[in-house]
Amino acid sequence: MSTTVDDLQAIADRVVAQAGAGEQIEAYVSRGGETAIRIYEGELEHFASAQSEGVGIRVIKEGRTGFAYAGTLDPAAIAEVLADARDNVSFGTPDEFAGLAIPDGVAQIPQKFWDEELAGYPTDKKIALTKELEKLTLGMDERVRVDEANYDDGWGEVAVATTTGIRESGRGNSCYVSVSTLADDEEETQTGFGFSVGDSPKDFNLQKAAREAADRATRLLGAIKPPSKRTTVILDPYVTSQFISILSSTLNGENVAKGRSFFAERMGDQVADPRFTLVDDPTNPLAYTATDIDGEGLAARRNVLIENGVLKKFVHSSYSARRMNTVSTGNATRGGFAGSPGVGCLAMQLVPGTHTQEELIASVDDGVLIQMVSGLHSGVNPISGDFSTGASGMLISNGTVGAPVREFTIASTLQRMLLDIVAIGGDVDWLPSRAHGMSLVIRDVTMSGT
Amino acid sequence: MPQRTDSPLIEPDVIARVLAKGRSTGAEFSEIYVEDKRSTSAGLDDGKVEQVTSGRDRGAGIRVIAGDTTGFAHTSDLSERGLLAAAEAAAVAAKQGDGGVHTIALQPVLRHPVNTIVQFPDTVAKARKVELLQRADIAARGVHGAIVQVSAGYGDSIKQILIANSDGIFSADEQVRTLMRVSVIANGDAGMQTGYNSLGHTIGFEIFDENDVEELAIRAAQQAITKLQARPAPSGAMQVVIKQGSGGVLFHEACGHGLEADLVGKGSSVYRGKMGELVASPLVTVIDDGTMAGEWGAIGVDDEGHASQKNTLIENGVLTDYMWDYIRARKEGRKQSGNGRRQSYADLPMVRMTNTFVTNGSENPDDIIRATDHGVYVAKLGGGQVDTASGDFVFGMVEAYLIENGEITEPLREGNLIGNGPQVLKDIDLMGNDFAMGGPGTCGKDGQGVPVGDGCPTLRVKSMTIGGTAA
Repeated sequence: MSTTVDDLQAIADRVVAQAGAGEQIEAYVSRGGETAIRIYEGELEHFASAQSEGVGIRVIKEGRTGFAYAGTLDPAAIAEVLADARDNVSFGTPDEFAGLAIPDGVAQIPQKFWDEELAGYPTDKKIALTKELEKLTLGMDERVRVDEANYDDGWGEVAVATTTGIRESGRGNSCYVSVSTLADDEEETQTGFGFSVGDSPKDFNLQKAAREAADRATRLLGAIKPPSKRTTVILDPYVTSQFISILSSTLNGENVAKGRSFFAERMGDQVADPRFTLVDDPTNPLAYTATDIDGEGLAARRNVLIENGVLKKFVHSSYSARRMNTVSTGNATRGGFAGSPGVGCLAMQLVPGTHTQEELIASVDDGVLIQMVSGLHSGVNPISGDFSTGASGMLISNGTVGAPVREFTIASTLQRMLLDIVAIGGDVDWLPSRAHGMSLVIRDVTMSGT
Repeated sequence: MPQRTDSPLIEPDVIARVLAKGRSTGAEFSEIYVEDKRSTSAGLDDGKVEQVTSGRDRGAGIRVIAGDTTGFAHTSDLSERGLLAAAEAAAVAAKQGDGGVHTIALQPVLRHPVNTIVQFPDTVAKARKVELLQRADIAARGVHGAIVQVSAGYGDSIKQILIANSDGIFSADEQVRTLMRVSVIANGDAGMQTGYNSLGHTIGFEIFDENDVEELAIRAAQQAITKLQARPAPSGAMQVVIKQGSGGVLFHEACGHGLEADLVGKGSSVYRGKMGELVASPLVTVIDDGTMAGEWGAIGVDDEGHASQKNTLIENGVLTDYMWDYIRARKEGRKQSGNGRRQSYADLPMVRMTNTFVTNGSENPDDIIRATDHGVYVAKLGGGQVDTASGDFVFGMVEAYLIENGEITEPLREGNLIGNGPQVLKDIDLMGNDFAMGGPGTCGKDGQGVPVGDGCPTLRVKSMTIGGTAA
């Protein structure tokens, strides 16, 4: 990373320096803060400011791994964490592939993660712009109420060091605004949301967030439950982002090694429509989850996972790579100091097509535009591939958007949906998510309603 | 019964000074929540104990309320200096101006004694915890040759909390949780299928005296094996019979969230303005009970310092009350209901469920199935999600079967069911007499997860939409 956070790095270095003979140690030290502002009916409902810090220590000896963490950087507590991690080592099963990452010479691609303007942005202006977002949203349509308007920002500093020679530190900050809406008709209430992200508040597009939040809720007023049938769906960019994110676990090298991915024996096969090219590219600064290092401190990199529908690559951490006799793709993930590294995609992107959503709608004789999905965690199984989610949106007939529909599900399998992709939109939206989105057209999906 | 040293996390005189600092800018209310949590977890995957983890989470959150504005700050620095700094930050956030000097007299609150802990998990050797995982792995793999992968997890935590506020509330609790889960994959001609089972209670390691780890693992494995023969779930509306236990998730989604006073107050619940009205079939009585001994959502005091309670929300179909946290109840001039909860010291409390369940009816569960011509039998529910404003909700079926001519026949692949809360509550036409609680759950709201329990007897909904793919 570009900036060194000297005191955190010094803490990590001191932990690692205590390694005994035959002992590998990794120390991950972080510190961060956040601001959360919520406006309701023109008033500040809450203002929360917080700081946190902590350390996670991984110890590996004779193929056994132990881990411990604490939410403090108090020296006595750090000593206790190291002692706990060492104690935990003895309970692990020896694993010949266990170990820390080793520097691989892949260069980091510099990016800007710290915005000085955001760091110095005054609180009263944050409150004012959140009030403005609420006001703009209310002004969009008289049927719209605002459930809450939020401003959130956060900053983080991190340092990692290992006995294998990893030594990285850096810092970053980010912010976004979001608004949830309610739209009322005589007998019913529907909900919507909108948001905007930026390096600093000057990048926010409040107008767009307000417009989307109002439209999402009002469009669904008067929605009916549709009849059950097989149909073509157009996923809105926000829904496409959620769909792509699910694929991460199927492309995860550790899941492949442990027999948890239906792609395990499919390398080189046509697993998706030829229009479908999926890359994981945290080096793209447009991605919300862009980063220059992965969770083990190796350089983040661009990996082409599915190219023209052909399965090309799985993502790996150093552990899964050793198990699969390959090299890390820089895809170790980490949920802060309290977690040890896992494997996953970092910033998923589809190579976009050229059509707008309007053009895609015009190309569909009979289908449904999916605006929202629910129950992705309860109705989608990335191991079997079964896919079933609650949905709401608008019917499409003869290339035109018609009646709103809700209280139905869409279902297929992930394996089939990838092959049933008919078109990929050019309407890329860089969402605050691990995957970006664009309109995606998938045929032969079962819609279950009445 | 082991005696634990019981020294307060923070001395009362420090607490009083911090609360007074919280009100120094004129706020009418200040609160401190202190947490010290120690946890141990262990994971087995692919036949190996991958890692044992020890964790320590410790800090304080300070909430200050002035008018309709809440200021909140949290810190991991529990020194008086650190706490005063957080209190000042929260006070400034809530209001500008001078509120003068406040003195606060603290009155201890009696916690509801949830249950006795026989064996605190921190007194148990880690080797015994790891051994449970290995037993689960062996048991699951022994069920069938088609079991190709097993992962098992063990977790325990001991969380001490202290809550005090400027209204004089002073309370403390020690919350112990012990959990085990097993995930299994079976591989067959039609691809892979999964099985899952979990066990969790607010008790110590004695949980394993009363529950058999092998049985837990075998059930997960059997679920995966059964699903190897599963056909695609049907598509469209039909009769749905929901088995006792995990079926309680239906009520958590169909009405639980919609009865949370914060959502009702903002007009984002389909149940607003329905107090005293018939909102469900007369067969339905819904209770939220934080006092339920040993259950996953049981708490001695809620995270605003009030003793947990048993609250009837819907009685014989009639809406009798919403769930309340202290702040919203205080504003309405009524009593809170012990439902103010937060994920950790770093989060603001909200109205949350504890153990939510539906009470017994009179039907024999076998008769409910026999009375059903054509439908789906959901033997195990996964999670769910609800839009409280419209009432539309989904829940997942992780183990389900077709019912044909009053008999359970073929297993079905996974999928979601969708319905509208108020409609589904009215459409419940048969209620069994075999009440049971389901497994441990985590309820998510506004980014915070809290442990909850759900339960119900076997029951029937006369029409719900099954989100499968078969005609």
